Amino acid sequence: MSLDYVKFSNGFEKFMPKEYRDMVEHGPFGKKVSVSQVGSFKEVLEEHPMCAGCAMTLFIRLAMVAFPNPEDTITVGTAGCGRLAISQAAIPFVYGNYGDQNGVASGLSRGLRLRFGDKPKDVVVMAGDGGTADIGFQQVLHSWFRKERFTTIMLDNEVYGNTGGQESGMTNRGAVLKMAPLGKKFEKMDMVQMAKVAGCAYVATVVPNNPRRVESVIKKAVLIAREVGSTYIQAYTSCNIEYAIPTDKVMEDAKTVENDRYQFTEYVSEEAKQYLTERYGYKEFLAKPAAAIPNKA
Amino acid sequence: MSETEVKTNPQGDPITSVAAPKSTGKQDPHGEAKRQKIVTPEYMFLEAPRTKEFITGSEAAKEAIRRSNVDLAIAYPITPQSETMQLVGVLYGEGYVKEYYRGEEEVGVMAAIAGGSRAGVRCYTATAGPGTLRGLEGIASWPGHRLPVVAMFTCRVVNAPLAIQPDNIEVAYLLNCGMIVFHAENQQDMFDFTMAGFTISEKNDVTLPVGVCCDGFFVTHARGYVRMQDRGIKLPPREAWRGAVPVLDAENPPARLSRDAPVQKSNFMAYNIHAVWQQEVWAAVERSRKYINKYMGGLLTAENVDDAEAIIIASGSAAAQSREAVRLCKDKGLKVGLIKVRSLRPFPTKELRELCKNAKLIVVPEFNYVGWLAKEVATAIYGYSKAKIIGGPRVYGGQSMPVELIVDEVESGLTGKKSTNVAMSQVMGGSISQDEVAHFMRSI
Repeated sequence: MSLDYVKFSNGFEKFMPKEYRDMVEHGPFGKKVSVSQVGSFKEVLEEHPMCAGCAMTLFIRLAMVAFPNPEDTITVGTAGCGRLAISQAAIPFVYGNYGDQNGVASGLSRGLRLRFGDKPKDVVVMAGDGGTADIGFQQVLHSWFRKERFTTIMLDNEVYGNTGGQESGMTNRGAVLKMAPLGKKFEKMDMVQMAKVAGCAYVATVVPNNPRRVESVIKKAVLIAREVGSTYIQAYTSCNIEYAIPTDKVMEDAKTVENDRYQFTEYVSEEAKQYLTERYGYKEFLAKPAAAIPNKA
Repeated sequence: MSETEVKTNPQGDPITSVAAPKSTGKQDPHGEAKRQKIVTPEYMFLEAPRTKEFITGSEAAKEAIRRSNVDLAIAYPITPQSETMQLVGVLYGEGYVKEYYRGEEEVGVMAAIAGGSRAGVRCYTATAGPGTLRGLEGIASWPGHRLPVVAMFTCRVVNAPLAIQPDNIEVAYLLNCGMIVFHAENQQDMFDFTMAGFTISEKNDVTLPVGVCCDGFFVTHARGYVRMQDRGIKLPPREAWRGAVPVLDAENPPARLSRDAPVQKSNFMAYNIHAVWQQEVWAAVERSRKYINKYMGGLLTAENVDDAEAIIIASGSAAAQSREAVRLCKDKGLKVGLIKVRSLRPFPTKELRELCKNAKLIVVPEFNYVGWLAKEVATAIYGYSKAKIIGGPRVYGGQSMPVELIVDEVESGLTGKKSTNVAMSQVMGGSISQDEVAHFMRSI
């Protein structure tokens, strides 16, 4: 049982660092935690080297709180800002090569299924917009077409943040960035539509300023990926450095962008709806009862 | 050890069929695979009785996989490898390989192989030429990630111009990855090296990928006799839980390198950590020697070297041509020995120094332009032998190597006659006239 590895070996309790003891005694492993309880338990991700005011970090934190089974989750990433935080979490993280995260996750999830059968081992890919839509594009799309059973999350800050602010395929048309001195000349790639075309069972867009919603989409995506097929979440996680968003305005920006062009959308395949309802007791996909006929008496 | 030859029909034999067997009523299509018995590597490689079959290199690779308890195989077509991975697909249909799919292209395949190895299962793939170079970022990262894997490289020309013919230039790139690299001469080597590769790759003090190279077409598409153990036995499974490097299954605390992003902070400790990591990868390559000796009978084979006037050193298909050249030389009254290098990484440096200490002439024929083996040989024996080393003859771009070319080099080398096929710049050691070299360099 994987919970064993987060326990102390006998006699070592008092020698373990405080951080570790907190994780064993107050961490989320083997418990059900929710974003509304944040502050009352030890999160798997707390310390990280991300910039002050980084929305991406908030999103990653919330996502990790929302993992339905953190003790049996493995994250996969690639180059980019996100992995600087993801790699600091108390969850195993695979950092392979440039843009190979969905390929690695394909082999990893298949291998884990061979070894552990029905015991859920959740594989979650978290990579940036460049890693997902540019360099990793082919492996991302093919993993979806193959209906690989893991979750892909795009941390979309609409720029190559880690390398210093270059245009990506997810940058909006007209944005002036490094390598786009005259402004980006083509539209932001529609990865959401591509995910649907490629056959993802669950596709959602989300911003980080609604923790409950982040929790909801992550849980659904990870659960559906266990058995039904590929799932995709595209999260707007602004880069306050490259887009010069004042630190105290980051959430305001997220709200504005959400209202403007990053509305919450959610696509759930019929099979996935049935699966969530039957296996995990989701009520939201049940047929709505017909409105009661007003009593004429 | 009994050795009966099993007659096979190249066309009608199920070995050459690419379709999975059809289920016939009550018969379990995986029945035979399920009945396979696990034996120790020692029994498999050293004791098990073998029977001889006349099969292609691709079929030899398939038969090796059948007996290697492979969990995950990922295929992607490229000439001349395609047949190998499609035959492995047949094994998947028969239940000998547990999981199998056709990947998107080599970058994706090598990534997924890395993912599978991290999950703790035994993985296999194969590619060739441009596919090797396309997948090289991934392949070159396997040793650093300490991933046990076996990959086969059925060497072919690397573009441009486009060609699909045999040429083993891609080995030059693989030699510097930190992986273990074997070079198969024939179908038998393909069979033996592949199976031994899995066992060596997963040894705790090795924990490295193994690349099994062969010269495309010459080995993959041609038939040869292969002595094989009974198909009812297989190697023990990969036991990831006892591996030296924890796999990413959330059952063990993850390894530091897996957990953290690569050490990339610009400070002394970061440089030091990376340096130590590289040293450890290459130290692991060194530690594989004892297993290559044990399971494969040595990093090289030497024939008639002791009182030879000249020694031919070759690997892969060049070794097969050299063996014939040795026979022709014998007819001419020349005593010529043959050293066939099986393992390129680790390289048999110590063995070569010993075998070549009294040699007067060494000829290194190769199937590539750059002469990677000649450079390896010259580097290994520098200061340990006074032999004149002829880095050639070389053929490339799909050319075959007439054995007479090799014989010519032996004869001209022994008589001091100038070679017509090997440039002076490729002649090393011995009593080279520096004036001649200088003249050559000026005139090119």
